[in-house]
Amino acid sequence: MDGSFDLPLLAVRGGSKSYGGRIGCADVSFDLYPGEVLGIVGESGSGKSTLLSCLAGHLAPDTGEIIFQTAQGPRDTRTMSEPERRRLARTDWAFVHQNPRDGLRMGVSAGGNVGERLMAVGARHYGDIRAKAIDWLGRVEIDADRIDDRPSAFSGGMQQRLQIARNLVTGPRLVFMDEPTGGLDVSVQARLLDLLRGLVREMGLSAIIVTHDLAVVRLLADRLMVMKSGHVVEQGLTDQVLDDPQHGYTQLLVSSVLQV
Amino acid sequence: MEDYNFAYLDEQTKRMIRRAILKGVAVPGYQVPFASREMPMPYGWGTGGVQVTAACLVPEDVLKVIDQGADDTTNAVSIRKFFSRTAGVAVTEATTDATVIQTRHRIPETPLQEGQILVYQVPIPEPLRFLEPRETETRKMHELEEYGLMHVKLYEDIARHGQIATSYAYPVKVEGRYVMDPSPIPKFDNPKLSGSAALQLFGAGREQRIYAVPPYTQVVSLDFDDHPFVASKADHDCDLCGAGASYLDEVIIDDAGGRMFVCSDTDFCAGRRAAGHVGRLGEAA
Ligand SMILES: [Zn+2]
Repeated sequence: MDGSFDLPLLAVRGGSKSYGGRIGCADVSFDLYPGEVLGIVGESGSGKSTLLSCLAGHLAPDTGEIIFQTAQGPRDTRTMSEPERRRLARTDWAFVHQNPRDGLRMGVSAGGNVGERLMAVGARHYGDIRAKAIDWLGRVEIDADRIDDRPSAFSGGMQQRLQIARNLVTGPRLVFMDEPTGGLDVSVQARLLDLLRGLVREMGLSAIIVTHDLAVVRLLADRLMVMKSGHVVEQGLTDQVLDDPQHGYTQLLVSSVLQV
Repeated sequence: MEDYNFAYLDEQTKRMIRRAILKGVAVPGYQVPFASREMPMPYGWGTGGVQVTAACLVPEDVLKVIDQGADDTTNAVSIRKFFSRTAGVAVTEATTDATVIQTRHRIPETPLQEGQILVYQVPIPEPLRFLEPRETETRKMHELEEYGLMHVKLYEDIARHGQIATSYAYPVKVEGRYVMDPSPIPKFDNPKLSGSAALQLFGAGREQRIYAVPPYTQVVSLDFDDHPFVASKADHDCDLCGAGASYLDEVIIDDAGGRMFVCSDTDFCAGRRAAGHVGRLGEAA
């Protein structure tokens, strides 16, 4: 085994972000190990999206360390230069948005959408790029004959699967997902979750998934962090947290799901 | 109305434009913002190019203006007249006699020489614009050399047409650094951008950008390994002068649909005919 398996892929210490006087997220600490999926749950306004934005470098946290294990060793992403961070964002990292329109180029064909990350890291052989795009469309259950169609011609579920293919094609080491099943019909959600679970297992993906939907983390996450008013109120193994919640807020969250 | 400064623009404006030009020369292919001025002509007539020309002209210059390769279109004639009147400079149609050439859509066939300046009229200077409309983002992409998107455009071309169908404004990389829109010249002209002895300046009036390719600068057309760039032209010789390697316009010559192919560079074609070359439909000079 690779020795780096002993080190966390991402180590967060005391991450805080506030807007004016209002707390976005406060004093968040956790380790994410390679191959691990961390779920972050909470209601809207709990700070989970702010936290994800800080982790992915879209927002600058006010304090704290966010140490990512790069190929060259551990680096605090907060002190990276912008070019370094953007390079990371299109190589080692991937970000799946809730709304596929935010993560896709709607005026570019499905194949071009999947191929963009390959071209961004220097792929210059059209045939190879297209072959990889076809392979990845297949892996997210989109027919190869849709490769030249634009995402605007796709259903919401297909758009989301295309966004996932576009993100995973370069084999990122860490995937951030923001409500990946939000806005989809329940039956479409189930299929997407199945697909995601398959890909996570098959690729040994490390991922951080923000959601308000406990069914999503039940299926995908190894570990869970529960957030309320910007603070982490409980964290642990997913099954443990969901089956035996300790914090009053977690108990409320779980019971409200059970009532559904 | 007669109180023009030399070449119409006041000295302060010309200095401002010259500073932008110098910056452009220092950073080949980089789009330098400048404060574009109103010119007494519509935007479509190349006010960016006109301002650059105005800032470059000295009284000793000999000016040539071409539009689609021709010296006699309305656009070319009126710009030539404009500088004739406001700068009093000599004008010419001969590429070899000109010291400054303002152009739209072509690079002359006759190789340019040291000391010559070629000024391009540019409608849209940003090559990434069509896929990324956000100006802040395209600026960032240039800054960080994130040019993958340019290949996405070429990918889309091949996916749709089976080949790179972009035939005008074909994107290039300048001196291994900046990706640049060479203005809507045919891709046939792209190889002439590279290693040219002349100074090449690009002016976009509405978009307020100036950029430059200094003499002897490497300019490479973007492509894929398995779809290499080809500087294509119509597969004919010029019907007037017989030239086999000049860019051709297709012209309808009668109501029966008869067509002929002629050099788009009128000065080049006339020069060849004067030297005794005759094409399929030409008459000996
Ligand atoms: Zn000819």
